[in-house]
Amino acid sequence: MEHFTPWSSLLGGALIGLAASLMILLNGRIAGISGIVGGISSAHRADIPWRLAFIVGLILSPFLYGRFAQLPTLHLEASHLHIVLAGLLVGLGSRFGSGCTSGHGVCGIARLSIRSVIATLVFMGAGVITVYLTHHLN
Amino acid sequence: MLKKNISAWLAGLLFGVGLILSGMTNPAKVIGFLDIAGDWDPSLMLVMVGAISVSFFAFRHAKKRTHSYLNETMQLPKSSQIDMPHIIGAATFGIGWGMLGICPGPALAVLAVGGYEIVLFILAMLMGMELHRLIKKQ
Repeated sequence: MEHFTPWSSLLGGALIGLAASLMILLNGRIAGISGIVGGISSAHRADIPWRLAFIVGLILSPFLYGRFAQLPTLHLEASHLHIVLAGLLVGLGSRFGSGCTSGHGVCGIARLSIRSVIATLVFMGAGVITVYLTHHLN
Repeated sequence: MLKKNISAWLAGLLFGVGLILSGMTNPAKVIGFLDIAGDWDPSLMLVMVGAISVSFFAFRHAKKRTHSYLNETMQLPKSSQIDMPHIIGAATFGIGWGMLGICPGPALAVLAVGGYEIVLFILAMLMGMELHRLIKKQ
């Protein structure tokens, strides 16, 4: 457990919770990223601007973070095929499963939704198995 | 109308800062959490604890209201049905998540500071989401 970062993770989580609280109390909406993004193409016209506003805020967030700490970077060490396949599965699965880590894992569990608890257990289990198969079975 | 876009933007911004601070935008950390057979990193558990313990109270309050504080209809998910497409969807999402350690929120939060690989991931994810819409339409 040498990479354990309890405080920043707890504080970051609290901020995520605060954002989800703002969304439900002010906008009456669940802060589920796959739902907000994936719902754009089939949403009513009046529902498109707030979705885009949320996404723009999310995309701009590293610049706000960068004012207080070192800007995060990301480099994926994987083949293009691997990246595309992972992206396809994440997009397809989150929509068929009606949510991802934010919608089910945070908002759903906070609402005490049994469906979200089950979805979270299933995707975490699938993630654990996938990591086991790809990292320990060589 | 304008207010709900500003609040959504602010929520997206906070959500993203929370994701970055918590470690969720670091694929190695996500894989470390899913890798229970290796050097397990429980940090992400604390992200959920932080997020859920804050938003729990917001959702509990939201359930008592028909409208949000910006007078939007409160749209809490009503469906509690757990069927096969949901389970398969959640499992599919989990496999994609475990393949790279990235899910929709963190992908968008590092889009502007990541390399072209994250663009590739997001394009594939959007394709997966569109594929779901096309399948559902039939």
